[in-house]
Amino acid sequence: MTSALAVDSALVLLVLGLALWVTAARAAYSAAVGFVAYGLLLTIVWVRLAAVDVAMTEAALGTGLTGLLLLGAAARLAPYESAEAARRPGPGLRWLVGLLCAAVAAGLAAAVLLLPDPAPTLAPLVAENLAATGVGNPITGVLLAHRAIDTLLETVVLVPALIGVWSLAADQDWGRRPGSLTPLHAGSALTLLAQVLPPFGILVGVHLVWAGADDPGGKFQGATVLAAMWVLVLVAGLREPPAVRGRSLRLLLVVGALFFVGVGVAGIWLADAFLAYPEGLAKPLILAIEIVLTPSIAVILGLLLAGPPVAEGPSGARS
Amino acid sequence: MSLALDLFTIAAVTLGAIFFLAGTVGLLRFPDTLTRLHALTKADNLGLGLVVLGLLPQVTAPFGWIGLIAVWLLAMLSGATVGQLLAQAVRPPDWDQAATRDGAEGPAGD
Repeated sequence: MTSALAVDSALVLLVLGLALWVTAARAAYSAAVGFVAYGLLLTIVWVRLAAVDVAMTEAALGTGLTGLLLLGAAARLAPYESAEAARRPGPGLRWLVGLLCAAVAAGLAAAVLLLPDPAPTLAPLVAENLAATGVGNPITGVLLAHRAIDTLLETVVLVPALIGVWSLAADQDWGRRPGSLTPLHAGSALTLLAQVLPPFGILVGVHLVWAGADDPGGKFQGATVLAAMWVLVLVAGLREPPAVRGRSLRLLLVVGALFFVGVGVAGIWLADAFLAYPEGLAKPLILAIEIVLTPSIAVILGLLLAGPPVAEGPSGARS
Repeated sequence: MSLALDLFTIAAVTLGAIFFLAGTVGLLRFPDTLTRLHALTKADNLGLGLVVLGLLPQVTAPFGWIGLIAVWLLAMLSGATVGQLLAQAVRPPDWDQAATRDGAEGPAGD
């Protein structure tokens, strides 16, 4: 017990120290790198709290995908960084921002520490009603049955996010191929990795989706792994990202959310409420939603990383 | 038997941890990027390999050992790739010519 406490204390100190370091880092690039390390440490914290589903999401989305987006943004902003640093806000404003952030953190900490003991929880209620959903993983039960509306909004919001990225394109480039994932020159070690890793990655991604019904995992984690494999192939230059005007590509992007909404609307007649599942059909429907959503999410996440459409592959790096 | 296996686990994991410690010291103390990469990938390959080897007798889940070994192999694959990419990024532009002229091989990237 004491050794576990020592490990946990060291972990907490590391997380706090790294958080301070990321906040204080001067260069955006170092802050992004630190943020990735911070996310990995946070993943271990979630595992220590026995929240494996959250840990997987943190590792896949919070660290992997967000970290890549931040690194890309840092690289893109690097030319303007010194100019920005020259006109950084005065000490008064910086202190004000710091104090407001500290107040938010203190408020959150107080809210957690002042919770009544035992803390209010719906966990027993979920455990009681889990059998009705037919799935064995309570997280999946909550996400796709009890709080399905949250998950629905979560998946729908990805589409406007991607439209937001695409709309950064210049007018004449609209509908062309995304250009943010510059392929490295061929023949590098990356090519080998991009040829060897995807079969295993696809297996892991599909497994995460399938196992998510009864064990930790789910569509978001699985789709992130699938998207990572696709992005790896794109970065290695083995394939080009698709032109965003493609009709079948756009259908693929929205089919997951449309199916989810369709099941939800059908619930109004078949089970008397939006997003309610008919008796006995809960598990098959949850599985179907997860399976149909996975490709949509994977492609959206990959295209988020691939960035806005551009005129040509940068300096014709391909071919 | 189980005592012997436990001792094996303790010995192998400790040895692996020593490799991680040595790798970290190398990462902090070595003079340039290529030697630091060498220290880092050594910790990944040997350190993680020994930790996985030590944990194998402790696996209770059926086929759990496949997962452990897969973690090690995948970490080695990504470690070797990242090592190569970083080494490519930091080497001087005339490295290839210099190596050919001296009839010497460039350093193996790992």
